[in-house]
Amino acid sequence: MKIIKSNRSQFKDHQITDEDIFNNKRDFLKKMGFVGAGSLITSPSHAGLFDWLKSDDTPPKKDPEPPKPLNFKALDKSGFELTPEQKVTHYNNFYEFGTSKQDPSEHAHNLTTNPWELTISGLVEQKITLNYEDLFKRFALEERVYRLRCVEAWSMVIPWVGFSLADLLKQAGVSSGAKYVSFKTLHRPSEMRGQSSRLIGGSIPYPYTEGLRIDEAMNPLAFLAVGLYGKSLPNQNGAPIRLVVPWKYGFKSIKSITEIKLSKIMPKTTWNLSAPNEYGFYANVNPDVDHPRWSQASERLITSGGLFDQQRIKTLPFNGYAEQVAHLYKDMDLRRHF
Amino acid sequence: MKTLNPVFVIKVAIHLCALTPLLFNYYWSITDQNGADPVKAIIHFTGIGALNILLLTLLVSPSAKFFKLGWLMQTRRLIGLYCFFYACCHLLNFWWFELGFQVSLFIEELIKRPYIWLGMSGFVILFLLAITSPHSVRRKLGKNWQRLHYWIYPASILVWIHFYWSRKADISEPFLYLTVILILLALRKQKLKNWIRFR
Repeated sequence: MKIIKSNRSQFKDHQITDEDIFNNKRDFLKKMGFVGAGSLITSPSHAGLFDWLKSDDTPPKKDPEPPKPLNFKALDKSGFELTPEQKVTHYNNFYEFGTSKQDPSEHAHNLTTNPWELTISGLVEQKITLNYEDLFKRFALEERVYRLRCVEAWSMVIPWVGFSLADLLKQAGVSSGAKYVSFKTLHRPSEMRGQSSRLIGGSIPYPYTEGLRIDEAMNPLAFLAVGLYGKSLPNQNGAPIRLVVPWKYGFKSIKSITEIKLSKIMPKTTWNLSAPNEYGFYANVNPDVDHPRWSQASERLITSGGLFDQQRIKTLPFNGYAEQVAHLYKDMDLRRHF
Repeated sequence: MKTLNPVFVIKVAIHLCALTPLLFNYYWSITDQNGADPVKAIIHFTGIGALNILLLTLLVSPSAKFFKLGWLMQTRRLIGLYCFFYACCHLLNFWWFELGFQVSLFIEELIKRPYIWLGMSGFVILFLLAITSPHSVRRKLGKNWQRLHYWIYPASILVWIHFYWSRKADISEPFLYLTVILILLALRKQKLKNWIRFR
């Protein structure tokens, strides 16, 4: 499944940040004595001025479990300009671990993902419970490269590993009355600092919930990812299993799922609950409907490259997947159902 | 040995404290070492930096009064100018690196987004204060100079709303900032009352 256009030729290998340099930056910062002195006037761009007020009650540090290699049908990725793995895994919105982009990579290692339990219930013919091993073994894993378009007007191109949501739903058997699918993220305040402190978690309601209409969920593009870049998901990217709905804004692609439920009524979704005028249920990527506070007409594609090597691209309807999904919405006013 | 003038020492320190982190952040962003999104990093750094320096500027006269250090007042103009400098960088970063120097997109965003025109009106105030900061201009303006420079107070509120509005959720930090701003304004309650009455 080739989904986005290739522009590999624009990609310069030498621009990928060496991982050591990337990781050492903070140490370097500290060595310069700059964190202390500099922050008197300006908070470093990586940390809030008031971070010291946010008590950090996390239990003693656990070693992060290294992502394990997966068995899957690999894709020829030579045609894609991928976002470097380091950026995919260190620039995340996962408010359960804090609201800044680097909080998840710094704090998500506290999360225990094995054992895990994912239940598929509600209007299904047969309730299914998948444990940690099942997530990687029950379905044949395949690789897909999707562009993830964040509602904040940036995007990344990511090689996911996983299986179709439809495969899972078919195995459970969709009952005739089922119109919607809801998803729920793990609720475990002891390991998710944002859930135990409103100050850290951005005051959004937890557990995080998301939803799709059943025909959206059955579309072959809707994907459950258990890995990226050929390895199991790092915790900050939503381990052990997350949704990827590439034609919708990133917040629809819920992470660390424990519950999938089929229902008759439209489920409540987290961002819609916190700011209904800004985030709708559908949240389809749409360059013609702006966010109230910024334009959605274009986006910055995060690949490699510094300030002088940025790519601003036009945002495409349904994030470029219109051919596969536009028919789902043919009689709908997408300005009203944003 | 001649003792060093405290104003001179503080001014050197101000230059260092303002320029060092700025240069480092630009270096990191240019070489793609400033997180995954070097553009956002530099925009946020210069934006919040400008607000922090604005608050420092407002802290100067209460501190001078409280600690009875009159010479502190001589550092205020420099701090204020650095606030303007950071704001210039912030605006330039947004236009250049976020919008790719597209004039039409810049103007469109400016008109369409209340949070951007709030920030922009804050910037216009800072600009007016900066160009009237030389002593010669101050003398020429006479009493009007003080009237004009009282506009730093509305500017602090405008910049705060701009900051608050740029957040998706997590509004705890903006509210801590608001508390600080309100305390700084409360310290000049009488001055503000007079200004509003006789403006």
